Amino acid sequence: MLLIHCPHCNEERPELEFSHAGEAHIVRSTQLTELSDEEFAHFFFYRENRKGVTFERWRHTHGCARFFNAARDTVSDKFLITYKIGEPKPKLKISTNQNKKAAS
Amino acid sequence: MAKAAIKAMDATRVHPLAGQSFGGPNVSIAPAPEAYRCSLRADARAVPSLSKALGIKLPRSAKQSITAADRSALWLGPDEWLIIDTHVDPLDDLSKVRVLHSAVDISHRNTALLVKGPRAADVINAGCPQDLSLAAFPVGACSRTILGKIEVVLLRTDVDAFRVEVWRSFSAYAFELLSTAASHN
Repeated sequence: MLLIHCPHCNEERPELEFSHAGEAHIVRSTQLTELSDEEFAHFFFYRENRKGVTFERWRHTHGCARFFNAARDTVSDKFLITYKIGEPKPKLKISTNQNKKAAS
Repeated sequence: MAKAAIKAMDATRVHPLAGQSFGGPNVSIAPAPEAYRCSLRADARAVPSLSKALGIKLPRSAKQSITAADRSALWLGPDEWLIIDTHVDPLDDLSKVRVLHSAVDISHRNTALLVKGPRAADVINAGCPQDLSLAAFPVGACSRTILGKIEVVLLRTDVDAFRVEVWRSFSAYAFELLSTAASHN
Protein backbone atom coordinates (compact mmCIF):
# COMPACT_ATOMS: atom_id res chain seq x y z
CA MET A 1 0.00 0.00 0.00
CA LEU A 2 1.13 3.54 -0.78
CA LEU A 3 2.40 5.36 2.31
CA ILE A 4 1.93 9.11 2.60
CA HIS A 5 3.87 11.28 5.02
CA CYS A 6 1.50 13.48 7.04
CA PRO A 7 3.25 16.71 8.11
CA HIS A 8 0.99 16.98 11.19
CA CYS A 9 1.33 13.37 12.40
CA ASN A 10 5.01 13.41 11.39
CA GLU A 11 4.98 9.90 10.02
CA GLU A 12 4.06 7.83 7.01
CA ARG A 13 0.52 6.56 7.12
CA PRO A 14 -1.46 4.26 4.83
CA GLU A 15 -3.06 5.78 1.76
CA LEU A 16 -6.56 4.65 2.87
CA GLU A 17 -6.59 7.30 5.59
CA PHE A 18 -6.17 10.14 3.06
CA SER A 19 -8.31 11.88 0.51
CA HIS A 20 -7.30 14.02 -2.43
CA ALA A 21 -8.56 17.61 -2.35
CA GLY A 22 -7.68 19.23 -5.66
CA GLU A 23 -4.89 21.47 -6.89
CA ALA A 24 -2.89 23.45 -4.34
CA HIS A 25 -1.83 27.11 -4.29
CA ILE A 26 -4.96 28.47 -5.96
CA VAL A 27 -5.35 31.99 -4.69
CA ARG A 28 -8.87 33.30 -4.19
CA SER A 29 -9.11 36.94 -5.23
CA THR A 30 -9.90 39.45 -2.49
CA GLN A 31 -11.89 41.42 -5.12
CA LEU A 32 -14.04 38.52 -6.25
CA THR A 33 -16.96 40.68 -7.40
CA GLU A 34 -14.73 42.68 -9.72
CA LEU A 35 -13.51 39.69 -11.71
CA SER A 36 -14.74 39.26 -15.25
CA ASP A 37 -16.60 36.04 -16.05
CA GLU A 38 -13.53 34.74 -17.83
CA GLU A 39 -11.22 35.52 -14.93
CA PHE A 40 -13.64 33.89 -12.51
CA ALA A 41 -13.90 30.79 -14.69
CA HIS A 42 -10.11 30.48 -14.69
CA PHE A 43 -10.00 30.75 -10.91
CA PHE A 44 -12.95 28.45 -10.35
CA PHE A 45 -12.84 25.76 -13.03
CA TYR A 46 -9.50 25.70 -14.83
CA ARG A 47 -6.85 23.38 -13.46
CA GLU A 48 -3.44 22.49 -14.80
CA ASN A 49 -3.91 18.69 -14.82
CA ARG A 50 -0.23 18.38 -15.51
CA LYS A 51 1.49 15.13 -16.41
CA GLY A 52 4.46 14.89 -14.08
CA VAL A 53 5.00 16.78 -10.84
CA THR A 54 1.87 18.49 -9.54
CA PHE A 55 1.15 20.39 -6.36
CA GLU A 56 -1.99 19.13 -4.67
CA ARG A 57 -4.01 19.51 -1.50
CA TRP A 58 -4.52 16.34 0.47
CA ARG A 59 -6.45 15.69 3.65
CA HIS A 60 -5.61 13.16 6.35
CA THR A 61 -9.36 12.54 6.67
CA HIS A 62 -9.28 9.39 8.79
CA GLY A 63 -6.32 10.49 10.90
CA CYS A 64 -5.64 13.97 12.20
CA ALA A 65 -8.21 15.36 9.71
CA ARG A 66 -5.89 18.23 8.64
CA PHE A 67 -5.40 19.50 5.10
CA PHE A 68 -1.84 19.74 3.81
CA ASN A 69 -0.03 20.23 0.51
CA ALA A 70 1.92 17.65 -1.43
CA ALA A 71 4.08 17.49 -4.54
CA ARG A 72 3.31 14.28 -6.40
CA ASP A 73 4.46 12.84 -9.68
CA THR A 74 1.32 11.80 -11.54
CA VAL A 75 3.25 9.37 -13.70
CA SER A 76 4.97 7.33 -10.98
CA ASP A 77 2.46 8.26 -8.20
CA LYS A 78 5.48 9.06 -6.02
CA PHE A 79 5.03 11.69 -3.33
CA LEU A 80 8.10 13.97 -3.51
CA ILE A 81 7.33 16.13 -0.49
CA THR A 82 4.44 17.02 1.81
CA TYR A 83 4.22 20.28 3.76
CA LYS A 84 1.76 22.25 5.88
CA ILE A 85 -0.73 24.67 4.38
CA GLY A 86 0.65 28.22 4.47
CA GLU A 87 4.24 27.14 3.92
CA PRO A 88 5.74 28.35 0.62
CA LYS A 89 5.72 26.14 -2.44
CA PRO A 90 8.99 24.19 -2.22
CA LYS A 91 11.49 24.47 -5.05
CA LEU A 92 12.11 20.95 -6.30
CA LYS A 93 15.46 20.14 -7.80
CA ILE A 94 14.24 17.37 -10.07
CA SER A 95 12.93 17.95 -13.56
CA THR A 96 9.18 18.61 -13.73
CA ASN A 97 8.84 16.10 -16.53
CA GLN A 98 10.79 12.99 -15.74
CA ASN A 99 9.48 11.17 -18.80
CA LYS A 100 11.05 13.66 -21.17
CA LYS A 101 14.33 13.34 -19.27
CA ALA A 102 14.25 9.56 -19.44
CA ALA A 103 13.44 9.59 -23.15
CA SER A 104 16.34 11.87 -24.10
CA MET B 1 -51.93 10.16 28.18
CA ALA B 2 -50.15 10.89 31.42
CA LYS B 3 -49.65 7.21 32.06
CA ALA B 4 -48.07 6.72 28.60
CA ALA B 5 -45.68 9.61 29.31
CA ILE B 6 -44.56 8.03 32.58
CA LYS B 7 -43.99 4.71 30.85
CA ALA B 8 -41.79 6.38 28.21
CA MET B 9 -39.62 7.83 30.98
CA ASP B 10 -38.96 4.34 32.29
CA ALA B 11 -37.22 3.38 29.04
CA THR B 12 -33.87 1.77 29.66
CA ARG B 13 -30.83 2.37 27.50
CA VAL B 14 -29.59 -0.78 25.82
CA HIS B 15 -25.95 -1.21 24.87
CA PRO B 16 -25.78 -1.66 21.07
CA LEU B 17 -23.66 -4.79 21.56
CA ALA B 18 -25.47 -6.12 24.63
CA GLY B 19 -24.83 -9.82 25.11
CA GLN B 20 -22.32 -10.08 22.28
CA SER B 21 -18.80 -11.25 22.92
CA PHE B 22 -16.16 -13.44 21.33
CA GLY B 23 -13.76 -15.65 23.22
CA GLY B 24 -10.95 -17.63 21.68
CA PRO B 25 -7.59 -18.97 22.82
CA ASN B 26 -5.64 -16.09 21.26
CA VAL B 27 -8.05 -13.20 21.35
CA SER B 28 -11.22 -12.05 23.09
CA ILE B 29 -13.58 -9.31 21.95
CA ALA B 30 -16.06 -7.73 24.34
CA PRO B 31 -18.13 -4.55 24.42
CA ALA B 32 -16.68 -1.91 26.74
CA PRO B 33 -18.80 -0.65 29.65
CA GLU B 34 -20.64 2.66 29.20
CA ALA B 35 -18.42 5.73 29.50
CA TYR B 36 -18.57 9.50 29.24
CA ARG B 37 -16.94 10.85 26.10
CA CYS B 38 -16.21 14.36 25.01
CA SER B 39 -14.91 15.74 21.72
CA LEU B 40 -12.66 18.67 22.58
CA ARG B 41 -11.44 21.24 20.05
CA ALA B 42 -9.19 24.13 21.03
CA ASP B 43 -6.05 25.88 19.85
CA ALA B 44 -2.71 25.73 21.65
CA ARG B 45 -3.32 28.83 23.80
CA ALA B 46 -6.29 27.18 25.55
CA VAL B 47 -4.49 23.92 26.34
CA PRO B 48 -3.04 24.87 29.78
CA SER B 49 -6.45 26.03 31.11
CA LEU B 50 -8.23 22.98 29.70
CA SER B 51 -5.60 20.61 31.09
CA LYS B 52 -5.97 22.21 34.53
CA ALA B 53 -9.76 21.91 34.48
CA LEU B 54 -9.65 18.28 33.33
CA GLY B 55 -6.91 17.36 35.81
CA ILE B 56 -5.04 15.65 33.00
CA LYS B 57 -2.34 17.08 30.75
CA LEU B 58 -3.62 17.13 27.16
CA PRO B 59 -1.04 15.40 24.93
CA ARG B 60 0.55 17.69 22.34
CA SER B 61 1.98 15.32 19.78
CA ALA B 62 0.65 12.76 17.34
CA LYS B 63 -0.59 9.34 18.52
CA GLN B 64 -0.11 10.18 22.21
CA SER B 65 -2.61 9.60 24.98
CA ILE B 66 -2.54 10.16 28.71
CA THR B 67 -4.52 8.17 31.24
CA ALA B 68 -4.94 9.11 34.88
CA ALA B 69 -7.39 7.26 37.13
CA ASP B 70 -10.66 6.86 35.17
CA ARG B 71 -9.91 9.53 32.58
CA SER B 72 -8.04 9.32 29.27
CA ALA B 73 -7.16 12.11 26.84
CA LEU B 74 -6.41 10.99 23.30
CA TRP B 75 -4.67 13.20 20.71
CA LEU B 76 -6.69 13.04 17.49
CA GLY B 77 -5.36 16.11 15.68
CA PRO B 78 -3.33 19.27 16.35
CA ASP B 79 -6.42 20.93 17.87
CA GLU B 80 -8.61 17.94 18.66
CA TRP B 81 -8.82 15.49 21.55
CA LEU B 82 -11.13 12.69 22.65
CA ILE B 83 -11.72 12.56 26.38
CA ILE B 84 -13.01 9.27 27.81
CA ASP B 85 -14.06 8.98 31.43
CA THR B 86 -15.67 5.94 33.01
CA HIS B 87 -17.10 7.74 36.06
CA VAL B 88 -17.29 11.53 35.91
CA ASP B 89 -18.66 13.64 33.06
CA PRO B 90 -15.72 15.70 31.69
CA LEU B 91 -18.20 18.37 30.57
CA ASP B 92 -18.87 19.19 34.24
CA ASP B 93 -15.19 20.04 34.67
CA LEU B 94 -14.99 21.93 31.38
CA SER B 95 -18.01 24.12 32.10
CA LYS B 96 -15.84 26.30 34.35
CA VAL B 97 -13.26 27.01 31.67
CA ARG B 98 -13.42 30.56 30.34
CA VAL B 99 -11.00 30.31 27.40
CA LEU B 100 -12.31 29.71 23.88
CA HIS B 101 -12.87 26.03 23.16
CA SER B 102 -15.50 23.61 21.90
CA ALA B 103 -16.53 20.62 24.01
CA VAL B 104 -19.25 18.32 22.69
CA ASP B 105 -20.74 15.40 24.60
CA ILE B 106 -20.44 12.31 22.38
CA SER B 107 -20.98 9.70 25.14
CA HIS B 108 -23.72 8.00 23.17
CA ARG B 109 -22.41 8.65 19.67
CA ASN B 110 -19.60 6.20 20.34
CA THR B 111 -19.35 2.82 21.87
CA ALA B 112 -16.24 0.72 22.26
CA LEU B 113 -14.91 -2.79 21.87
CA LEU B 114 -12.14 -4.24 24.00
CA VAL B 115 -9.86 -6.55 22.04
CA LYS B 116 -7.46 -8.56 24.16
CA GLY B 117 -5.02 -11.42 23.71
CA PRO B 118 -1.71 -12.25 22.05
CA ARG B 119 -3.27 -11.97 18.55
CA ALA B 120 -5.19 -8.72 19.25
CA ALA B 121 -3.03 -6.61 16.92
CA ASP B 122 -3.27 -9.18 14.11
CA VAL B 123 -7.05 -9.32 14.41
CA ILE B 124 -7.35 -5.52 14.21
CA ASN B 125 -4.90 -5.50 11.30
CA ALA B 126 -7.39 -7.66 9.40
CA GLY B 127 -9.25 -4.41 8.72
CA CYS B 128 -6.79 -1.70 9.76
CA PRO B 129 -3.87 -0.72 7.50
CA GLN B 130 -1.76 0.88 10.24
CA ASP B 131 1.47 -0.57 11.61
CA LEU B 132 0.48 -1.90 15.04
CA SER B 133 3.88 -3.32 16.01
CA LEU B 134 5.03 -2.24 19.47
CA ALA B 135 7.78 -0.13 17.91
CA ALA B 136 5.34 1.94 15.83
CA PHE B 137 2.30 1.75 18.12
CA PRO B 138 3.50 1.35 21.74
CA VAL B 139 1.30 1.02 24.82
CA GLY B 140 -0.60 4.31 25.22
CA ALA B 141 -0.50 5.10 21.50
CA CYS B 142 -3.79 6.17 19.93
CA SER B 143 -4.97 7.10 16.50
CA ARG B 144 -8.03 7.74 14.42
CA THR B 145 -7.84 5.30 11.53
CA ILE B 146 -9.75 2.88 9.30
CA LEU B 147 -11.24 -0.51 10.16
CA GLY B 148 -12.65 -2.14 7.04
CA LYS B 149 -15.02 0.48 5.70
CA ILE B 150 -15.55 2.46 8.89
CA GLU B 151 -13.58 5.02 10.86
CA VAL B 152 -12.44 4.08 14.38
CA VAL B 153 -10.21 5.43 17.13
CA LEU B 154 -7.66 2.92 18.38
CA LEU B 155 -6.05 3.06 21.81
CA ARG B 156 -3.45 0.54 22.89
CA THR B 157 -4.13 0.02 26.60
CA ASP B 158 -1.58 -2.78 27.07
CA VAL B 159 0.92 -4.84 25.07
CA ASP B 160 -1.88 -7.15 23.97
CA ALA B 161 -4.99 -5.04 24.60
CA PHE B 162 -6.74 -2.42 22.48
CA ARG B 163 -9.78 -0.22 22.92
CA VAL B 164 -11.60 0.31 19.62
CA GLU B 165 -13.84 3.39 19.77
CA VAL B 166 -16.50 3.15 17.11
CA TRP B 167 -19.65 5.03 16.17
CA ARG B 168 -22.65 3.37 17.81
CA SER B 169 -24.46 2.46 14.59
CA PHE B 170 -21.25 0.99 13.13
CA SER B 171 -20.53 -1.18 16.17
CA ALA B 172 -22.31 -4.27 14.81
CA TYR B 173 -20.14 -4.07 11.68
CA ALA B 174 -16.96 -3.62 13.75
CA PHE B 175 -17.83 -6.57 16.00
CA GLU B 176 -18.65 -8.78 13.02
CA LEU B 177 -15.42 -7.87 11.22
CA LEU B 178 -13.24 -8.45 14.28
CA SER B 179 -14.92 -11.67 15.39
CA THR B 180 -14.76 -13.09 11.83
CA ALA B 181 -11.06 -12.26 11.67
CA ALA B 182 -10.52 -13.76 15.13
CA SER B 183 -12.28 -17.02 14.23
CA HIS B 184 -9.92 -17.46 11.24
CA ASN B 185 -6.92 -17.28 13.54
